[in-house]
Amino acid sequence: MQTLPPQLITARPLLAARNLTRRYGSIVAVDDVSLVVYSGETLGIVGESGSGKSTVLRLLNLEEPADEGQVTLNVPGYGDTNLFSLERFQRRQVQIRHIGIVYQNPHQGLRMRVTSSGNVAERLILAGERRYATLREAARDSLAVSEFPLERMDDLPAKLSGGMQQRVQLAKAIALKPALLLLDEPTTGLDVSVQALVLDTLMRLQRERQIATIVVSHDLGVIRTLADRVMVMRRGRVVEQGLTDQVLDDPQHPYTQQLVHAKL
Amino acid sequence: MPSLAQLAQPNQDYSYGFLDAFAKRELRRRMLKAIALPGYQVPYASRELPIARGWGTGGLQVTLSLAGPNDTVKVIDQGADDSVNAANLRRFISRMTGVATTTDTNAASLIQSRHRIPEERLNEGQVLVLQVPDPEPLRGVQPDISRARQMHADADYALMWLGLYEQLVRYGRFVQGASYPVIVHQRYLMSPSPIPRWDTPSLHQAAHLTLLSAGREKRLYAVPPYTDVYPIEFADVYFQVEDQSGRVCMITGAGNKFMDELPQTDGTSLYRISDTGYIEKLVKQQRGEAAHVGETYYDEAGQFYHAGFLKSTQGNSARSADFSPRVGQDAD
Repeated sequence: MQTLPPQLITARPLLAARNLTRRYGSIVAVDDVSLVVYSGETLGIVGESGSGKSTVLRLLNLEEPADEGQVTLNVPGYGDTNLFSLERFQRRQVQIRHIGIVYQNPHQGLRMRVTSSGNVAERLILAGERRYATLREAARDSLAVSEFPLERMDDLPAKLSGGMQQRVQLAKAIALKPALLLLDEPTTGLDVSVQALVLDTLMRLQRERQIATIVVSHDLGVIRTLADRVMVMRRGRVVEQGLTDQVLDDPQHPYTQQLVHAKL
Repeated sequence: MPSLAQLAQPNQDYSYGFLDAFAKRELRRRMLKAIALPGYQVPYASRELPIARGWGTGGLQVTLSLAGPNDTVKVIDQGADDSVNAANLRRFISRMTGVATTTDTNAASLIQSRHRIPEERLNEGQVLVLQVPDPEPLRGVQPDISRARQMHADADYALMWLGLYEQLVRYGRFVQGASYPVIVHQRYLMSPSPIPRWDTPSLHQAAHLTLLSAGREKRLYAVPPYTDVYPIEFADVYFQVEDQSGRVCMITGAGNKFMDELPQTDGTSLYRISDTGYIEKLVKQQRGEAAHVGETYYDEAGQFYHAGFLKSTQGNSARSADFSPRVGQDAD
């Protein structure tokens, strides 16, 4: 691959979220969060448990509406639309075609009573594919890209190891070549060697496809490996953001300093 | 001292057919709505009847509110006119309405059925009432009823094809035997009640009106005459009916009708046509007695009467060999 000289980005960001606020009763889970992600770029979100990072991801995945703020995704047909203002059906279409998500808990992202290949094929079925041969082929291709052992593609996810379940989730997320990939603690709960393998796959994907990725993790190692830029959240607010090396090596905010130095 | 007869209300002819006028009005209005929206499940106020919910109360309420003194009613249960459930319902309907009853499909104006559509083609003007245990075809993929209704509103039925995919991956063919989901009038997904796959095509462009009613779930829906009804299938793997070829009815010697299997002690099986009214007529005909045997949905060679509606089986068997789940998996 040819390396290009650094240049000023003049393209529109792929994803732009402005002033997102989400309250649950009196709790403000996300407080005035804005972010932009460009094509091919990876943004990391770090923070302690309860800092609102998963809620941000749920909002960006259009699973629930924000109380305030808007999200735009620069994909054909929806470039200037606030995605929260879409009708239920359209919103689901955007979600299926343009956004892929990997959850920490495979039970959230996979149907445990449906075969692994079926889980991947589901995305294409939802997008309107009605040919069995095509579904089969696409499921196999997508599973191969996420480095899933193909001889087990018709096993139920419940019978797979944690690492393989995450690979099925990843295959499902990228089956339709989405513009935006959301990773919610993708490797938490995996042992260190499997974690490294899954991270390898993710990094290869980043190189090969120009997907904009947002990765949420409390594991700074994962963030350092994957993310170009990082955003530190605390109590629903963004306390610091910048390039990954800059934020993690020279943290300015006291909370970030504490986070970076908190090692066992 | 006055007798009990003197104190009681005098008998009135007002409430004909067990249900009171309000109940019948409710049901008829809901039926009209159901006919206007083919395949759409219309909620209705299901009444108490002297049989238990789940034993055909939905169908019975529809039959009672439609039957008039000039009707002829046939009641079937799993194809049989003489099973306990069918006999009970028939006796109740005839007592409450005074209508004539029959076992002849062509002679009936109103047919209440559980799990079968008669072999003989129904004609214009006939009404088929199907008893439905579970009206919601999306139950398997969406247990939440309110979400399922949203999916119906959006015509968002894609997940049903995931079910088909799973059946092909695991068994190499569609294995759902009854209640095979259909799309009615290019709009609503509908469960055709637990009729076998064999009967599902009979609903397509049928001359008769079909009313489906679930008394326990309080939903009724309809397939009006001459409405498109297509079973869900893949663009390259087709819906198939049960293969009845090679099965010969032990009573009539007929083939290519839906058969009941009667396992024998020596491990073999005998077969008998499931539609007893049809057997009755065939037997009469064979004895040389006067019997009008109507046209059937499937002819002697097993061909469906709408040519081309069921796509070729040869192509499909080759296809299922290509896609069979465990055989040649690494090769394909």
